[in-house]
Formats: sequence, C-alpha cells, structure tokens
Amino acid sequence: MAKSSGSNLNSAVNVSELIAENKKKKSINNYMEKLVPAILFLLASITVLTTIGILYTLISQAVHFFMEIPILDFFTGTELKPLSQNPEFGILPLLNGTIFSSLIAILVAGPIGIMSAIYLSEYASDKLRRILKPLLEVLAGIPTIVYGFFAFTFVTPLIRSIWPQVEATNILSPGIVMGVMIIPMIASLSEDAMTSVPNGIREGSLAMGTTKLETTIKVVIPAAFSGIMASFVLAISRAIGETMIVTIASGSSKNFTFDLTQSMQTMTAYIVEVSGGEAPAGSTLYYSLYAVALTLFVFTLIMNLLAKYISRKFREEY
Amino acid sequence: MENLEALHENNKMDARVRKNSIWKSIFFLSTLFGLVVLVVLIARVLFQGVSWIDLDFITARLSTNADRAGIMGAILGTVWVMLVVIPVTLIIGVGSAIYLELYSKKGIIRSFIEMNISNLAGVPSIVYGLLGLTVFVRLMDFGNVVLAGGLTLALLVLPILIVSAQEALRAVPGHLSEASYGMGATKWQTIRRIILPAAIPSILTGSILSLSRAIGETAPLTVLGIPALLIPFPGGLFDTFTALPMQIYYWTIDASLVAEYANLAAATIIVLLLILFILNSVAIIIRNKFQQRY
Repeated sequence: MAKSSGSNLNSAVNVSELIAENKKKKSINNYMEKLVPAILFLLASITVLTTIGILYTLISQAVHFFMEIPILDFFTGTELKPLSQNPEFGILPLLNGTIFSSLIAILVAGPIGIMSAIYLSEYASDKLRRILKPLLEVLAGIPTIVYGFFAFTFVTPLIRSIWPQVEATNILSPGIVMGVMIIPMIASLSEDAMTSVPNGIREGSLAMGTTKLETTIKVVIPAAFSGIMASFVLAISRAIGETMIVTIASGSSKNFTFDLTQSMQTMTAYIVEVSGGEAPAGSTLYYSLYAVALTLFVFTLIMNLLAKYISRKFREEY
Repeated sequence: MENLEALHENNKMDARVRKNSIWKSIFFLSTLFGLVVLVVLIARVLFQGVSWIDLDFITARLSTNADRAGIMGAILGTVWVMLVVIPVTLIIGVGSAIYLELYSKKGIIRSFIEMNISNLAGVPSIVYGLLGLTVFVRLMDFGNVVLAGGLTLALLVLPILIVSAQEALRAVPGHLSEASYGMGATKWQTIRRIILPAAIPSILTGSILSLSRAIGETAPLTVLGIPALLIPFPGGLFDTFTALPMQIYYWTIDASLVAEYANLAAATIIVLLLILFILNSVAIIIRNKFQQRY
C-alpha cells in the first residue's frame, strides 16, 4: 500500500510527462484507426483491379485480332487453320468442341448428381450422410490434371475395347470424366437446395399418404427447383472453362464435326496449344488467343450471372 | 380390416411402396457411382505408379531417360511457387475480408466488390493464365519465372480465400467485440487482438484449402510457357521452374512417345495426391480442434 502510494507520488511528479506520453499513444492510435481502413480498402480493391486487368488484356489484345479478322467471319467461320499458309480463324469448331464436351458432361453429371442429392437429402440417415458427402466432395478436390490422365490412359482404352471405332483422342471420354468431376458440384448444391425445403411441407405431404418418392418428386423437387437449376448452370459453366481434361484426352483436331468418336478441340484446349507453341507476340495467331479467351470469358460470365439470376428470381420463400 | 385392404387395393399402395424402395436403391447406387469412380481412379494410379516411387525418383533431377528421371525439380518448383502464393493471398485475402466484413458499410461499394469477387471465382483458370502471361510475364517482363507463376496462381485462388475468410470473421460472436469496445478499445485494437485471433483457425482452414487448389492447378501454368525439360533446380523468385502438375501434364502427353512416361506421370500423381491429402487432413484437424469454442 505504502509502496504504491509512493509510486503514485512519484508519477505525480511526472504527470505532465505522462499526459504527453498518453497523448502521443492516442495520436498513434488515432493515426492507425485512420490508416488501417485505408490500407485494407486498397487490398480489397486488388480484386477489382484483377477484373479490370482481365477485361483490359482480353479486350485490348482481341481488338488487334478483330482488326485483321472481321468479327462476323470469326463467329461464323467453320474453318480453323491457324498454322496453315493461308490461316483461317473460324471459332465454330472450338465452340462445337466446347458445347459437345460440356453437353456430355452434364448428361453424365445431371442425372447422377441429382439422384445423389435426392438420396443424401431425403433417404440417407444423418450418420450415412456425414460419411458419404465428404467422400463425394473428395472428387471435387482432385486436380483436373489427374482426371485428364485418367481419361486418357484408362477411360479411353476402356471405351475403345467396347466401341473400337473410337479414336485415341476423342471428345466422349473427356466429356464423361468431366461429368464425374462435376457430380459433387451438382449433388452438393442441389442437396443444399433440397434440405432447405422446410420439413413441414414434407410432413404434410407424407401425412396425406404419399410415399417418400412421391413426396420427393412432387413436393421437394419443385420447391427446390431454382437451386437445382442454378447448380446445373454453374456445373455447365465449370465444364466450359475446364481445360486439362479436354487438352489431354481430346487432342487438337480442329475439324468441324458432330462425331463423338473423333477428336475435337475446345476453346480452352486451343489456348493451351497455341500459347504452349510460343506464338510470336504480335502475330494474328497470338492475338487469336485473346479473341478465343474473350469468347470463353463471356460465355462463363453469362452462365454464372444466369445461375445467380435463377436462384434469386425463382426462389420459393417459406 | 377388409376395408383397409380394399383401401390399399384402391390406392395401389403396395405397388407404390415397391416403387419407392426400388428408386431408393437407384438413388443409393447413383451416390455410389461417384465413389466407385474415385476408387477406380485411385486404384488405377496406384497400380501404375507405385512401383516407380523410390528415393531416387523423389530426389533425382528430370531426365528424358525414364529410369533415371526424378521429380525433385518439380517439387522444389511447387514449393517456391507456394512461397509466393501463401503470403500474397494471406495478406490480400484476409485484408480484403476484414475490410468487407468489418469496415465497409452496406452499400454500393461493398456490394460491388462482393459481386466482383463472386464473378472472379467463376472465371476459368486458363483466363488467369492469359492475364499472367500478358501482365506478369510480358508487361512487367518477369519472364516465365517463379514470381510470375506464383502471382498468377495467387490471383486465381484469392476469391476463394476472401470468401472463406469473410465467413470466418462473420462467425466470431458479436459479444466478444462488444466486450472489447466496452473496455475502451478502438476498432483496430479490437480487430487485431480479439476478432482476428478468434477467427484464425477458420481462416487457416480456408487458406490451406485454397492453397491445395493452387498446388493442383495446371492450366494457367501451361499458358505461362513452363519448359518441359528443366534440369537446374529453381533457387529463387526469378528462376524458371516447373511444378508437379506441369510434370504430370508433359509426361502424360508424351506417353505416346515413351510408354514409361505414363508410369512416371502416375507416380507423380501419387506424390501430388499425397501432398493434397496431407494438407486437407491438416485443414480438417484444425477445423475440428477449434470448432465451436464459443
């Protein structure tokens, strides 16, 4: 007690110093209070800069391309011969490959994903769901290059042993494997949509004497429809942007064909092929990268915005 | 009793119940389908590659000779790239999340930045590759070095990290920060000493998951022009490099030339999957250990 009063006395002598010190601390604190949000704001705006960077690089370089190749020719051309003597740049073969591979993927992943979601949300016990769902999500965590290897060295030979006409690089096998890759995406998002349907509605239906299946098909799925649709659209967008699986397993044939057994090139695979070949900067070939990437970017952006629109617009509120 | 049976008959109850159980098995089998493919994939890779993994394979340099080829260069390349990705994404990601979650007021700026982030998360990774090629490799003239690859991958996983860090910050209970304000702490003091420490386990989990995404990413690197056969090990930010997924890519597409390359690719896949498995396990352990402490 005596000691502390002594020190109090002591400090009382320096009280003006203390006040000054305290003020200094406060001013540093005040300074920090103003500085920190400014720094954090700058950090947050880096993401905006990234978007601007993407848009600027794609558009500014694609403009060079479109000065040499008219936009209309680019989007309606069925010939893509970037390396020939008289190069032709029609994007339709690439669009064709992209649409085919995504379509095959969604045909695989759609039914399986939604049926998995139904099982997980409506039928599985809590215990089973807690085991199955993370296991399913492992599929989404596997690097795409591993799927590419799998498609090329396992699925393609497997398909060829059943259907010998299929070529060593074809669009079917990467499409199927891509479908497996996006199963967890559809299953997970659709399951979220279904579990958020309130139990009261389900129980009301069951109390009327329906079976679980009837309740699921006629009550739960319609109520969760917007979420399910959004998951489909997001999965398609993911498939459109997927690169490594199609690059490895579908080869680089630029034929405009509808034959699933043949190699088709997607937009993403074209970008890998051309940039890997070290196209000289400034050539039409080099600029074609950006024109294709811009198309790809617009495609996926539209799909993502559509998914958001669907889930917001058609959501059933309970 | 008879009445009830008649009712059953009328409603075709038995058939409907049977239909229900048949579809239940179909739903179950669909759920298993994905898992079966997963098992086949892993079994296939193990079967093909595991006999190629030994100490020499891990520590040796790349070589065109399949028997002597090793992946030390690719492992070091991946490590170096991650040394760029980790600090860049952590600083920018957590900083952005703090700004969005704790400083910015609900309004145009915040919803604009958040909308922008969610759109960035949907941009195909190959487009980031072109951004990296144009800005880091050519415009800033780094060349196809560790720094360019790291920054490209950092931008790619940034949206994932920001969203998970935002969720982590949101999950910190409000009474903690209120108590801190009540003690006279300023906003930044509260964030630095109360909110951030409480959110760190979840932030860590999210950042490990986004890191493992960056480790497995191949497409942007193919665009940057990573050399197929790089003998010297990378030793700094401005060295050229290769990475594990790039090595898998080159060995897979060259398997038609040298059949053993497919086995090397499989062996490298095992190493890559093992790294990802360890990282994800760590993330899960951290999450379970620190979950629901409040």
